[in-house]
Amino acid sequence: MPNKLLSVQGLETHFQTREGTVHAVNGVSFSLDEGETVGLVGESGCGKSVTMLSMLRLIPSPPGKIVNGSAVFRGQDLLKMTDDEIRTVRGSQISMIFQDPMTSFNPVLTIERQVAEPLEIHLGMSKEQARDRVVELLELVNIPKAKERLNDYPHQFSGGMRQRVMIAMALACNPQILVADEPTTALDVTIQAQIVELIKRLRDELGMSIVWITHDLGIVAGLAQRVIVMYGGYFIEEASVKELYANPLHPYTMGLLGSLPRLDLDEKKRLTSIDGLPPVLMEKPGYCPFAPRCKFAVERCWNENPQLSEIAAEHRVACWVDPRTGRAR
Amino acid sequence: MGRFIVRRLLYMLIVIVAVSMITFGLMRAIPGGPFDKDKPVSKEVLENLNKRYHLDDPLWKQYGSYMYEVMIPHFSTQSSAATLDNDYLIDFNIGSLQFQWMNFGPTYSSRSRTVNDIFRQQLPISAQLGVMALIVALVVGMPLGILAALKQNTIWDYLGMSISIVGVSVPVIVLGPLLIWIFGVSLKWLPPTGWGTRPPYFLGFIPYNLGWSFFRSAIMPSVALGLGSSAVIARLTRASLLQTVREDYIRTARAKGLRERMVIMRHALKNSLIPVVTIIGPLFAALVTGTFVTEIVFGIPGMGKYFVTSITNRDYPVIMGTILLYAVVLVLANLLVDITYAYLDPRIRYD
Repeated sequence: MPNKLLSVQGLETHFQTREGTVHAVNGVSFSLDEGETVGLVGESGCGKSVTMLSMLRLIPSPPGKIVNGSAVFRGQDLLKMTDDEIRTVRGSQISMIFQDPMTSFNPVLTIERQVAEPLEIHLGMSKEQARDRVVELLELVNIPKAKERLNDYPHQFSGGMRQRVMIAMALACNPQILVADEPTTALDVTIQAQIVELIKRLRDELGMSIVWITHDLGIVAGLAQRVIVMYGGYFIEEASVKELYANPLHPYTMGLLGSLPRLDLDEKKRLTSIDGLPPVLMEKPGYCPFAPRCKFAVERCWNENPQLSEIAAEHRVACWVDPRTGRAR
Repeated sequence: MGRFIVRRLLYMLIVIVAVSMITFGLMRAIPGGPFDKDKPVSKEVLENLNKRYHLDDPLWKQYGSYMYEVMIPHFSTQSSAATLDNDYLIDFNIGSLQFQWMNFGPTYSSRSRTVNDIFRQQLPISAQLGVMALIVALVVGMPLGILAALKQNTIWDYLGMSISIVGVSVPVIVLGPLLIWIFGVSLKWLPPTGWGTRPPYFLGFIPYNLGWSFFRSAIMPSVALGLGSSAVIARLTRASLLQTVREDYIRTARAKGLRERMVIMRHALKNSLIPVVTIIGPLFAALVTGTFVTEIVFGIPGMGKYFVTSITNRDYPVIMGTILLYAVVLVLANLLVDITYAYLDPRIRYD
């Protein structure tokens, strides 16, 4: 069995707002093996980005606050480290790529400057050493004429090229974990495919673990080994990719899969949508967060919030009902 | 960039013509004239005076000959000495040719001076005061704003912003005498009035005695004049920086493992300077062309008083000259601001 590289337990993050406390992440636990790719899936505002940002302590604080939990990375709890200690982890052992490559780059600094920064602070490279390495990195992510583009600014790159530079920047120090926060959402479909292929190739070459945050189950299918589905600040289902797609056990996951067009089925089916709106996270409900939108909801769903529990081998789900039979478990 | 600057300088000509027409029209629309005194002068004297200053010409002719004298360069083969009617701001010889440009005319209120004399003697003093007040405004305002933004909603933020509220609210007419009373009269550290330098100046406005003898008299007026502006700059810097630190690329910088100080200095500050630079343009023009109250309070022989008294005196050439000067400084300051933008933000290119 591979070693656990990262183990997050009971992570809970709140945001204090004028209207009250927003429970963005409510005690989630997961782990990541070396070389493993995990997809973290859910709709906008369900807490998937906040989960990963909390782990690296990158949520703005105040108003954000990590209330509970631990995130043990190589025997050390990221949440208990000093600010200086976690800085040595960020960008060197765990790095992130972000959704919008337009706004995630500093518009007034050259890309050489921005890509070289992690090299200079984590590896202590001189400017000249860093420049050579930046060229290597840009070539690694297939930027044409990398050497000539060092002094260009982010706005001089196209969206796809910019995301490539972002990936180069994240990989600068050979991280063990890459957190990809919807890296393809802002890109058009052909570019999306290129970026996914690029990250796949780099993962296989460099052997890093990836947490891929997305709302697109389709992307995860070809990329991840394991998928976690998140809803309203809770993990509601977790399984291997094959198991989850073949045998979804949470009504929300079923809804998500039902909304995807399938090319592999002969029979034509209407795409379904999930009625209702995502939950407001102002209070921790005493019931299942999905119950208001769930067509299988029974009385118990309104009285008790189900915990994630192992239903089948390597398949965990948080639901009182077995949607295959429509009856309570 | 070169073409952009040339184009903007050409626009400046249009601005000058427009400003001069409006100013000329308005000032001649005000009732009264330059020679209306408490004791009226006799009709013959008034006629002679009007004839002397060409005020009996039709208005279009007066405007036309004024603009001709101000804007069109003259060349003459015989060198002529400067007289009241013949005093050019730019006047030099190329071989045997004399090049003459910008004659703003005589003043009506003092019989032996021209508007160019004011530009030569009073303007440099106002410019010295204005530049120093701007430096005070920036040196005090920007760190205060940065501090308040970085320590948002702490005692430092509230303290800094309270000071800046006081800075905006207390006018020079209160702050000036207060400073004079404390540092000039009670402690006797600084001279209560006066200005510590006189012409000639290096490059037309930089004093040669740039030492304590100059600064001791300049400190109080510069602080009095600059403090109000520093408060504006502090609030603007704070707001701008607070907005910048919420940008995605600041999160990226933190995710790279940068120290908080580097995140601010390298990633946030340059981006947050743009709104601050925007306000420096008009602020600079306002400070440099003279400020009436500060110069009166501290007894500084600057240009400020001419701005105000020229209008009550109906001193037409001085009104025109000071307003045009203000327009030119404003346009040039804004041009400088636009050039600074291009330096701060590579996305801004003017060609």
